[in-house]
Amino acid sequence: MRRREFLKNLASVGPAIGLLAAGSKLNGYLYAAETEKQAQSVRLYGMGIDVDVCIGCGRCAVACKKENHVPQDPFFYRTWVERYVFSVDGELRVDSPNGGAEAFPPSGVPEKEKMKAYYVPKLCNQCSKPPCVQVCPVGATFQTKDGVVLIDPDYCIGCRYCIQACPYGARYLHPQRRVADKCTFCYHRIVRNMKPACVEVCPTSARIFGEPRKSNTPLWEFMRKHRLQVLKPNLRTEPKVYYNGIDSEVR
Amino acid sequence: MPAQVRRLIVLFAVAVAGFLIVRHFLLPESFGLHGHYRAKAVDLAASQAFEYAGHLACPECHEEVAALKSPSKHAEVACEACHGPSMSHVSDPAQNKPELPRARDRCGLCHYYEASRPAGFPQVDPARHGARAECVTCHNPHSPEMVQ
Repeated sequence: MRRREFLKNLASVGPAIGLLAAGSKLNGYLYAAETEKQAQSVRLYGMGIDVDVCIGCGRCAVACKKENHVPQDPFFYRTWVERYVFSVDGELRVDSPNGGAEAFPPSGVPEKEKMKAYYVPKLCNQCSKPPCVQVCPVGATFQTKDGVVLIDPDYCIGCRYCIQACPYGARYLHPQRRVADKCTFCYHRIVRNMKPACVEVCPTSARIFGEPRKSNTPLWEFMRKHRLQVLKPNLRTEPKVYYNGIDSEVR
Repeated sequence: MPAQVRRLIVLFAVAVAGFLIVRHFLLPESFGLHGHYRAKAVDLAASQAFEYAGHLACPECHEEVAALKSPSKHAEVACEACHGPSMSHVSDPAQNKPELPRARDRCGLCHYYEASRPAGFPQVDPARHGARAECVTCHNPHSPEMVQ
């Protein structure tokens, strides 16, 4: 066959394949960038964490486990609280006994040696560019249009790749269901205009939930009045959990 | 068109059709509607049941407690922070009662002295304060600045 004929034939076959592809909605997910879709979305959820007022009572960690039926064992958490104690000699001690769920016993650092100390609540950072989603081999973890990273428990194969990929240690393998699990920002609550359980019970309003792009909301006020940081900004994951009052040692 | 090319085209068409058919049966329903995931998984996440009823639910019945609490230092503390998840209580108040914590250590979760807590937050040394009595013997938890 001459080249011209071959190209002609190709031109006649091309549209047929194109039709098939359109029929099966191939293009819908093969080519549409998720970030593009997110930009069109009206809602985008985020959380502010005011470390200056966190008292380390651990009510958030307890409420999260109850709301989302997280296993009670002391190594499965969707959210937990860490204590950072800086000594005068420059040493840093970080601990989180049972995720802070029973508050914190005395740190053991004598008052005279203590330079400063504070609590840091941790949870899934709901990254705008989530490494966990990137590595999932089956599309069981994904970002919704409103920017929340979710897990499809019926489709997850429990390969734990995402647990390895998360730079914040926010994921765990559910011991009974054998699928990955993590904070969803209490997706079932927020879509009904309720606060996530951890935000609901926080007695000092150290957690502020809302839409970072929306003005005149508590989250917006928090973001406006404080100098904010995200965890591990060098990884360019673009978290949507914003911290006030932490040192670079907090990662 | 030479016969061998025609055969190749037919073979190719069969392979593509076969791929599309197999793919159709392997892909779960609603996969790919919004992205590389099952669109129904979003509905699944959104359909989870509540355990915490939220701070707006309680004053609908417990007006007097809300009135006592709102000018107090505990105004911003949600009822469920101490009383625990109360969705079951809201749906059937007679059958399901929320927690009623009275133990000293429960108040201590927030109010025992710990060096890492922010300065100015009201804290007590449990060894020296209150002679090991239950906090509620002197303080009303809904209006804690009152000492009875």
